[in-house]
Amino acid sequence: MGSRASRLLREEEIEEIKKETGFSHSQITRLYSRFTSLDKGENGTLSREDFQRIPELAINPLGDRIINAFFPEGEDQVNFRGFMRTLAHFRPIEDNEKNKNPSATEPLNSRTNKLLFAFRLYDLDRDDKISRDELLQVLEKVDVEQKMSIRFLH
Amino acid sequence: MPSRTVSHGSSGRLRGLFLVMVLVFLESSVFTLAFASSDQHSPTTAHSDGHKATDHGSHNNTGKAFPVLDLNYENVRVPFEISLWVLLASLMKLGFHLVPHLSNIVPESCLLIVVGLLVGGIIRGTGETVPPVLDSKLFFYILLPPIILDAGYFLPIRPFMENLGTILIFAVVGTLWNAFFVGGLLYGVCQIGTESSSILSRIGLLQCLLFGSIISAVDPVAVLAVFEEIHINELLHILVFGESLLNDAVTVVLYHLFEEFSGIGTVTLVKGFLGVISFFVVALGGVLVGVLYGILAAFTSRFTSHTRVIEPLFVFLYSYMAYLSAEIFHLSGIMALIACGAVMRPYVEANISHKSHTTIKYFLKMWSSVSETLIFIFLGVATVAGPHDWNWTFVTVTVILCLVARVIGVVGLTFIINKFRIVKLTTKDQFIIAYGGLRGAIAFSLGFLLEKDHFPEREIFLTAIITVIFFTVFVQGMTIKPLVELLAVKKKQEAKRSINEEIHTQFLDHLLTGIEDICGHYGHHHWKDKLNRFNKKYVKKCLIAGERSKEPQLIAFYHKMEMKQAIQLVESGGGIKLPSAMPSTVSMQNIQPRPPTKPAAERAIPQLSKTKEEEIRKILRTNLQRTRQRLRSYNRHTLVADPYEDGLSDLFLKKQKMFQIEKKLKEMNTYLTVPAPPPDSPTMCRARLASDPQAYSIKPALNKVPMIQVDLASPQSPDSVNLLDEFGQANQQEEEEQGLMMKPPSRPREGKKPGEEDEAKDQQKLMRCLSDPGPSADEDEDGAFLP
Repeated sequence: MGSRASRLLREEEIEEIKKETGFSHSQITRLYSRFTSLDKGENGTLSREDFQRIPELAINPLGDRIINAFFPEGEDQVNFRGFMRTLAHFRPIEDNEKNKNPSATEPLNSRTNKLLFAFRLYDLDRDDKISRDELLQVLEKVDVEQKMSIRFLH
Repeated sequence: MPSRTVSHGSSGRLRGLFLVMVLVFLESSVFTLAFASSDQHSPTTAHSDGHKATDHGSHNNTGKAFPVLDLNYENVRVPFEISLWVLLASLMKLGFHLVPHLSNIVPESCLLIVVGLLVGGIIRGTGETVPPVLDSKLFFYILLPPIILDAGYFLPIRPFMENLGTILIFAVVGTLWNAFFVGGLLYGVCQIGTESSSILSRIGLLQCLLFGSIISAVDPVAVLAVFEEIHINELLHILVFGESLLNDAVTVVLYHLFEEFSGIGTVTLVKGFLGVISFFVVALGGVLVGVLYGILAAFTSRFTSHTRVIEPLFVFLYSYMAYLSAEIFHLSGIMALIACGAVMRPYVEANISHKSHTTIKYFLKMWSSVSETLIFIFLGVATVAGPHDWNWTFVTVTVILCLVARVIGVVGLTFIINKFRIVKLTTKDQFIIAYGGLRGAIAFSLGFLLEKDHFPEREIFLTAIITVIFFTVFVQGMTIKPLVELLAVKKKQEAKRSINEEIHTQFLDHLLTGIEDICGHYGHHHWKDKLNRFNKKYVKKCLIAGERSKEPQLIAFYHKMEMKQAIQLVESGGGIKLPSAMPSTVSMQNIQPRPPTKPAAERAIPQLSKTKEEEIRKILRTNLQRTRQRLRSYNRHTLVADPYEDGLSDLFLKKQKMFQIEKKLKEMNTYLTVPAPPPDSPTMCRARLASDPQAYSIKPALNKVPMIQVDLASPQSPDSVNLLDEFGQANQQEEEEQGLMMKPPSRPREGKKPGEEDEAKDQQKLMRCLSDPGPSADEDEDGAFLP
């Protein structure tokens, strides 16, 4: 957890992450411990194999895409900052944040950024467009529940 | 309201006539009922004697004429009266909707109570005693179950589960708070406010608490009746409604607890502790019983493929048995019923035929509607019947306390709940939740069940209960609709979710589950995902018959939809001139499926192996064929069931004719620089592909593969446009008309490419009927097509 000397999270880092992502102190420490437990190679970064070792993610039809979303373009390792940055998209929206700084960049968990994240999950080749092919692949992976489809077709 | 084509004047007259008839009928039926109820006072022995006497009389007095017309009402009395009541209720319901504007202002429940009051008044006015119609047994075993089953079977599972925590807190903690607050304060008022000799001061604390627990439960019947008409948004609806359903467990426990305590007279801590335990037993036991019966029903429905007619019966019987079994052990029957309906529904619906599904739906709606109507009418009659003991203090204090307790309870609980919710409950929501806490007939029946010797103040209680019910149903029921409008509360979205929404919802579910797994957090999505996977792997295989246990892929569903719509289009339209931009959602109402001249079922879809599909797809992809752009939104009402095997051969013949005429038109075009090769020699096509005998010759293909209809359905057919663009031709109009019709390979054969396109077209048609509409079309329609 925090016992590996080289990997302790420093206060300044926590502060920076807090400012960037909006997570609270306890959340950051908890996620950091999760990060280190996933990081088998103990080099401070996660690779794709580390993610794939999570058993539930392997059976998730969108597992690969989610893993890809953590890694910025072309890279194969993600450090804690990147990890937190991606996870920050999933924080609940707080309405009052919008009013505080209208000129500053939007917080990572704003509605637009959430939509952007979701868009990037569909857009596999990262050309900023969702092509027909990409949509098709989504459709194939994700089953529509029976209640939508069976009735008239028997 | 049935639409009438006659002029307004005559429709008004007709309506008036109908209402008069209803009123006359009402009067006569009431008198019959009154008359009949007086008969029950005549001793049965005298009755049977009289019967025997007439028999003897007919034997002995041979001189008496043979009775051609005889009156014997006693034999049919009970069924006759029951039918009369039900008929009365239904006619009332009918009548309300005929009176203009009435149903907009006053909710149905109010009107029905008024009718009950009238009927009771008439009966009493004629001097007869009013029959005690709202007998508790009748209510709990006959009238209540259909309403609850209807609610449970059609319970929207997803919003219910998502808000389960909130609902449980409102139901359990909220009801407890209400019960103790009202009961306690009432006791205080009784002791303090009145003189020691008055009747009120004799009401003990336990009796007050019992009264509080009876009066504090939100009633599902009343909530359903009122909320149905205001069309409020799903979240609020499920919160109030779910609360009304789940608080039954609390009510049952509290009722029995206090009843026993006040009977015995002493309260010990052990008993209190046992009470808490019994709550869990009652609630969880009820749910368990329901789940058990639900699984049984689902399992039974697996084998009903040969006896489709009695399928609905299983649903009803198993649910009713669940309710009764739970009542045997004093478990919560309502929760058992809800659990049974909710559990069995996905499996049963996968197993039973479409007609049985419709039957179940309409029977449930019918029964619940009749029950609800009867309950409200009986409530009115029972009010007139009494016995009443009006006590100003008690009644007014009760009403005020109920309101206050509800408001405080909702506000306080929401404050706590909002800390745990992502989507917070706003003040408007809280107001609606508090205002929607209606009391109803369950409270009255529970009060009716009290025994007089244990509870000498039973009449006071009953009067107060009725007053509260009237207050909530009339005042709150009537004003909630204008308040909803005033506060601009979000309304229910009427349209069913489109496939698009379904897909994205599923997508986001998987996404959130994945993120939760990455965080190592065992949250809501994690467990839901686990349950779904368990369901898919084990449970569905057991409970669903045969091949339906595998979930259909979205693509397959889309193909079938395409096919059906295309076929229907051809059947209805079928002309040469096809609109160039056919709207995607074609209205299906005028489609009459024609009887098949030949059984064509087996020819419908040629089976294509996966590799073949892949090959075809690849070829299409390389040519960037553009096909249908988007999925239609699936709306149940625009689909007619299952015609895609019928009438295919007719379509093919028609198609062929059209095809010939098109060919002629094509030949007259100037863009043909090369004389068209004979239309029936797609040798190049055949040569290019592997020896698949099915698809690649034009004529046989027509017979085997119903591809053409799909082409017609396409809203745009710029595929052909694109192809022609390559050769610098601008014959768009013609091409568009045909859509992706089967064309003769009349284009200049400049080599592999055009042929490839051609066969690509063939394959595309093949594709269209079989599987997904091809891949990777480019977005820009206007650009010249360059493979």
